[in-house]
Amino acid sequence: MTVQTWTYILVGLTFALYIGIAIWSRAGSTKDFYVAGGGVSPLANGMATAADWMSAASFISMAGIISFAGYDGSVYLMGWTGGYVLLALLLAPYLRKFGKFTVPDFIGDRYYSKTARIVAVICALIVSFTYVAGQMRGVGVVFSRFLQVDINTGVIIGMIIVLFYAVLGGMKGITYTQVAQYCVLIFAFMVPAIFISIQMTGNPIPQLGMGATLNDGSGTFLLDKLDGLSTELGFNEYTNGSKSVTDIFAITLALMVGTAGLPHVIVRFFTVKKVKDARKSAGLALLLIAILYTTAPAVSVFAKTNLINTVSNEEYSNMPVWFKNWEETGLLSFEDKNDDGKIQYVADISKNELTIDNDIMVLANPEIADLPAWVIALVAAGGLAAALSTAAGLLLVISASVSHDLVKKVFKPNISDKAELWVARGAATVAVVIAGYFGINPPGFVAAVVALAFGLAAASFFPAIVLGIFYKKMNKEGAISGMVVGIVLMLFYMTKFKFGWFGGGTPEDWWFGISPEGFGSIAMIANFIVAIIVLQFTPEPPTDVQEIVENIRIPSGAGEATGH
Amino acid sequence: MSEKQKKASAYWKENVRYLFILLAIWFLVSFGAGILFKESLDTIKIGGFKLGFWFAQQGSIYVFVILIFVYVRLMNKLDKKYGYDE
Repeated sequence: MTVQTWTYILVGLTFALYIGIAIWSRAGSTKDFYVAGGGVSPLANGMATAADWMSAASFISMAGIISFAGYDGSVYLMGWTGGYVLLALLLAPYLRKFGKFTVPDFIGDRYYSKTARIVAVICALIVSFTYVAGQMRGVGVVFSRFLQVDINTGVIIGMIIVLFYAVLGGMKGITYTQVAQYCVLIFAFMVPAIFISIQMTGNPIPQLGMGATLNDGSGTFLLDKLDGLSTELGFNEYTNGSKSVTDIFAITLALMVGTAGLPHVIVRFFTVKKVKDARKSAGLALLLIAILYTTAPAVSVFAKTNLINTVSNEEYSNMPVWFKNWEETGLLSFEDKNDDGKIQYVADISKNELTIDNDIMVLANPEIADLPAWVIALVAAGGLAAALSTAAGLLLVISASVSHDLVKKVFKPNISDKAELWVARGAATVAVVIAGYFGINPPGFVAAVVALAFGLAAASFFPAIVLGIFYKKMNKEGAISGMVVGIVLMLFYMTKFKFGWFGGGTPEDWWFGISPEGFGSIAMIANFIVAIIVLQFTPEPPTDVQEIVENIRIPSGAGEATGH
Repeated sequence: MSEKQKKASAYWKENVRYLFILLAIWFLVSFGAGILFKESLDTIKIGGFKLGFWFAQQGSIYVFVILIFVYVRLMNKLDKKYGYDE
């Protein structure tokens, strides 16, 4: 059977499975819709969190980015996993004890202020929308590459599927489809990685294969070989980066704190029964995420070595079929600058003849390694699972922000449960359509704004929530001014150095040598400092709020999540 | 301060102490071994891995997973000690 037939079969089967689960688990109340009824087991929640978290970027792009960045790519590996330690230790158990539906719920109640709630809603909407647009685009790209449909048709098919189970099932439908999607995506990521690890090093475990000797009898370590190849072509050593230590430090911190502050991840911990389950579930989620995150750097090393060996200084006319296939998609291009008919892949831009898109490394990896057709098709199904699961989780945050935080808590407090459920469904539908629109007409700034989303979460939510739990006397004035200063500072720095506003600037002008990607960590520190200073000059929070804080610190008696 | 409040604040103190210890390890394996001391650790090689590079791309992640499960165990014990388990 051809790759295309296999892809139709595997994608068709997995889609049928997701729809089946959605019908079986449709939501009957707002509680089902927002927090899946609050009775999800820690393992199911861990799997759902892992699928929710691992987006098209983790599945398709990350290994490719690391392939080309080498050691510098470590910021994503540490940043996107280390955040779970903060989440598990500093946030999840207490927010579960607090027992409401959304992150703005916590901010609004803890800081006894509608302003705080609205600031939080705006942050949640910005973060989620920028993310979801990227996911819909990912769906379109996978469809167009593997099923030869137009990208726009791909986005629309993806929209219909997500619409179906997010609108019908809410958090309950999403949770159980995400469990299935986790299984699909991890299987799809691991199978090719294991095959290639055996091919290159004889070791079936990619995490070990990465540090093993090559299979060719030379006795050379794979990483030494790759370091050698890289320097030969004029690149940095693979295991040594080019970014400064300060910048690596700042980016890693911003990504960690941003991860812990992302509303669609936090909200998952509202779905379990007890505080104890929230802690355990965070551990399971990270364990399940770590399987992919420790395999990805191995895939990067295998793919990069394979690529250099296949193309460097070889005749263009002798290139394998996959090379031509990916050239057609425009993700790979060759320009024979010195007319010798051979491919020169080197660091020197004036001499380099090969341009490679990051995404190819995972998508084309099975083809480069000559794996069977069903493995290639599996990667397509896995990429779709990753993109759809994340998109659905984000849509839920958007619809809950609108129906619960705005309509119920601000505009129409006496709305009935049934009406609120319909508002939530309507909001989810509108959100899917907007996300689809951005998927079809992606604004040029998507990539920049996704980095901004992490910075925003780090600069706004994280300090406000941590202070809310660990600093009983923190008041609304402190928290709100901290959030506002954090966000504004972050926005200023990003727009200055990314879009050239406020006079723009080059990397030489970066404050403390920190790139916009890493600036979230500075904005976060500013948030903490401003909050604590403002607190000194403003009144203490009321005693009933201080009692809430004392209460969330004690794990027993969590009860069920409620909206009231 | 009532008996109940005393118990709650003793529980909270022990909890915060655990957090400090665990987060110190969290910081050491990632920001320490993977970034600040990467260069000196890279002189040590285990198999094909330079140690600093290994911490940055593999080791820190394993330690993160272990840290959360250690935390879960410690807290379950602490809950029991103070009668907050359910």
